[in-house]
Amino acid sequence: MRAAKHVAGLLGLMFTSEQALAAYQMNLPPGVTSFSQGAYDIHTMVMWICVVIGAIVFGAMIYSIIYHRKSKGAVSAEFHDNTAIEIIWTVIPFLILIAMAIPATKVLLAMEDTSNSDMSIKVTGYQWKWHYDYLGEDISFFSNISTPDAANLSTNASVKKDDTYLLDVDNRLVIPEDTKVRLLFTSNDVIHAWWVQAFGVKKDAIPGFINESWVNVPDPGVYRGKCAELCGKNHGFMPIVVEVKTKEDYAAWVSGQKTAAAEAAASAEKTWTRADLMSHGEKVYATACGACHQANGEGLPNVFPGLKGSAIATGDIAKHIDVVVNGVSGTAMAAYGPQMNDADLAAVITYERNAWGNDTGDVVQPSDIKAAR
Amino acid sequence: MSAVIEEHHDHHDHKPSGIGRWLFSTNHKDIGTMYLWFSFIMFFVGGAMALVIRAELFQPGLQLVEPEFFNQMTTLHGLIMVFGVIMPGFVGLANWMVPMMIGAPDMALPRMNNWSFWLLPGAFGMLIASLIMSLMGMGSAPNFGWTFYAPLSTTYGPASTDYFIFSVHLMGISSIMGAINIIATIMNMRAPGMSYMKMPIFVWTWFITAYLLIAVMPVLAGVVTMMLMDRNFGTSFFNAAGGGDPVLFQHVFWFFGHPEVYIMILPAFGVVSQIVPTFARKKIFGYSSMVYATASIAFLSFIVWAHHMFTTGMPVAGELFFMYATMLIAIPTGVKVFNWVSTMWRGSMTFETPMLFAIGFIFLFTIGGFTGLMMCIAPADFQYHDTYFIVAHFHYVLATGAAFSIMAAVYFWIPKWTGNMYDEKLGKLHFWLTAIGGNILFFPMHFVGLAGMPRRIPDYSLQFAEFNAMATVGAFIFGFSQLIFLYNVIKTIRGGEKATDQVWEGADGLEWTLPSPAPFHSFTTPPTVK
Ligand code: HEC
Ligand code: HEM
Ligand SMILES: [Cu+2]
Ligand SMILES: [Cu+2]
Repeated sequence: MRAAKHVAGLLGLMFTSEQALAAYQMNLPPGVTSFSQGAYDIHTMVMWICVVIGAIVFGAMIYSIIYHRKSKGAVSAEFHDNTAIEIIWTVIPFLILIAMAIPATKVLLAMEDTSNSDMSIKVTGYQWKWHYDYLGEDISFFSNISTPDAANLSTNASVKKDDTYLLDVDNRLVIPEDTKVRLLFTSNDVIHAWWVQAFGVKKDAIPGFINESWVNVPDPGVYRGKCAELCGKNHGFMPIVVEVKTKEDYAAWVSGQKTAAAEAAASAEKTWTRADLMSHGEKVYATACGACHQANGEGLPNVFPGLKGSAIATGDIAKHIDVVVNGVSGTAMAAYGPQMNDADLAAVITYERNAWGNDTGDVVQPSDIKAAR
Repeated sequence: MSAVIEEHHDHHDHKPSGIGRWLFSTNHKDIGTMYLWFSFIMFFVGGAMALVIRAELFQPGLQLVEPEFFNQMTTLHGLIMVFGVIMPGFVGLANWMVPMMIGAPDMALPRMNNWSFWLLPGAFGMLIASLIMSLMGMGSAPNFGWTFYAPLSTTYGPASTDYFIFSVHLMGISSIMGAINIIATIMNMRAPGMSYMKMPIFVWTWFITAYLLIAVMPVLAGVVTMMLMDRNFGTSFFNAAGGGDPVLFQHVFWFFGHPEVYIMILPAFGVVSQIVPTFARKKIFGYSSMVYATASIAFLSFIVWAHHMFTTGMPVAGELFFMYATMLIAIPTGVKVFNWVSTMWRGSMTFETPMLFAIGFIFLFTIGGFTGLMMCIAPADFQYHDTYFIVAHFHYVLATGAAFSIMAAVYFWIPKWTGNMYDEKLGKLHFWLTAIGGNILFFPMHFVGLAGMPRRIPDYSLQFAEFNAMATVGAFIFGFSQLIFLYNVIKTIRGGEKATDQVWEGADGLEWTLPSPAPFHSFTTPPTVK
């Protein structure tokens, strides 16, 4: 085992040049919840059953290959039927299967029991980010990949890579320890799947459906996951980060979120300077738009239009606001009105109208968005 | 009329010449040959795509292709391997071998046979054309995975999706006609005395496969037609915004899809059941239980489809049903493996290339069966689903399973097809490189999958780097060793040591009573089977 690790490590070193290597593992990790541990136990049991059956079957084959070969003078036997043995090797596997089915059923039933939860969070998949909505709490936010240089991930090979490469987000899902949290899954566009391996939870987020699951994490910590259902171009770039806090820290986090929400509401009322709009707009653009329209505003030919010099981004402001707020139905251009607040929208539109040499000089204020909604 | 036929039979080895021989062929051997070459060419096309995928995944980061193109590669690779390599490969084998094995002169419906073949180049030409257009910067080829889940393939599909739909329709028509032909041949054209329970296992497995095809290809046609309607005619079968149901898509797709995986493996079971007794010089162990096991696998394959959908949020009763039903499939599958091992047991074995591939098949397919058993346990499958663990599973059953059996079959029967022996040294080299390369390629996928790497991603975080690098090395060994196979096949067609009629010492069956190469029309007077 150690030797195998060594060889694989060496191979890895030879082939992965600049980046430091993160520790790798070969087996399913047991995880931190009762589901993930239940799944791990069954996984281990079934794997060993397979290993034992495999040893018997492959052992018989190898024995036969060694001893029953013509070059050793083996003469073939005449038998070609044996009802007794055929019944035995049908019945024994059946009994083994029953032995596997019993614990599997128990774990499954426990997993599907979402009753008596302490709080609920609605998780919505978007191309290509997650949205979390704390039901009854007035807290909701998007969670985007935030590996350094995230907007350039899909076009640039030389972005920096570290242990959390592709595994970091801007806004983490925060939940309290030792609390039964019910998770509701749905999607705004295509099917995604929310998967945190350490919790043993993988559920599809399907448009028009609400799926349920739950977690109860005993210890604080940071747990990472990924989208597990092909959802288009950036499917590989929509990680999940869950931060489990102690109950006190969680309460502090909740009140912090509420203050921030109040500030954001206030900022939508005020009038922004052009410079503030541009710098905020650049950030919004990088997280929300760059994946398709690209950081340089040139888009991808025939797939996503460029905004640099585009008729809409340099023409009528009302039309521009309309495209961003209401989207273009039947295309990948989603309606951002319901996803963003007025300040973000104003900033990103101002940015698009002035970046990459678009230089229209226009300034869009949050109040313009409000009026257009 | 009968005079014409008489006269024709007098020169029964007269073949039409030129391109017309192939274009208008109604001869089961020529059509079989075309199917096999088609499959072989597609194997290299789909293989090249796999190498693009593996090259991109050699290291973390995006080096060679963009995510959008990566998705086109995985999609077309899957579609081509399933519909363009494995299925036509087996139909080619059936065309060549079924009439010869049952003592018939040709297939029952020769003109339909011609048409079922010639639909395929059109279907795949269209699919590949969409890739060529994508390379030329005109839109995107299908990019939603070979399972083309809605709404990614409907509301969000690229324009080329409509080509894809038409192409799938053509493939479906081709498969259904091929299946009808095989059933008609087996039911009506067996030599006197060949009762059903005397048919070679390969014929049996194809007989059952043909019924599976007739049952599920229309379902596939249905699901792509619903997509077509959703995309172009304003219906909302799968569009939640219009009251449709994206999960319905998955149910219909997998109702086709799971039997489909057995369509790709039952004929492989048949091939292995012909080869193992031949080289063990011993009758197949448990002939009738082989037949019953095949039939029960075929039946069970219709009631397990939702094991692909454990994470879609089915009611728990549904999850339990599909978990139990899937577990049952392991029993007849196990019976098959036990029977092969018992056939080898106390035989007098030699290890020519076909036997090597058949034994490789039994080992590696069984590993795929074991992971299948692990995945059918729903609570554990939540951790495996849509990870590289699944990718490892289906490559063990399809690449080192179904594809191995086709290679075994080619080495086994090519002396009968061409009259020449293949180069045994090259054959063995091909086997060892393929088997070793294949395991370096697919085994580490179990590890990265368990460690948490999702499938269908163009870039991954660093803890998966080592085993991905290893898999890529294996992929290139596996891929390039197929050139040895190609060379060996061409060399055998062009010449080589003459094969006897019997070819293999332990060979048993009607096909070995014909001269090598087999005459253009197989049995013009039916042989009698005792
Ligand atoms: C999922 C990919 C995607 C994302 C993310 C995206 N867009 Fe778009 N966008 C599109 C597509 C596709 C179109 C073309 C729609 C059409 O066919 O008219 C488009 C069109 C536009 C247009 C009109 C351009 C023109 O010349 O036709 C503007 C302006 C625009 N998007 C702004 C934005 C802004 C602002 C954001 C971020 C808040 C954004 N987009 C995010 C895909 C995207
Ligand atoms: C012992 C027999 C088998 C069992 C119990 C089994 C079980 C399963 C299960 C449960 C899955 C779904 C896993 C998931 O997506 O989470 C699966 C996937 C798959 N299996 Fe098997 N399987 C068996 C044999 C085979 C065979 C013989 C083939 C083909 C020759 C096959 C081909 C596939 C394919 C292609 C997929 C993946 C489909 C996709 O998502 O793209 N399996 N199998
Ligand atoms: Cu995804
Ligand atoms: Cu299946």
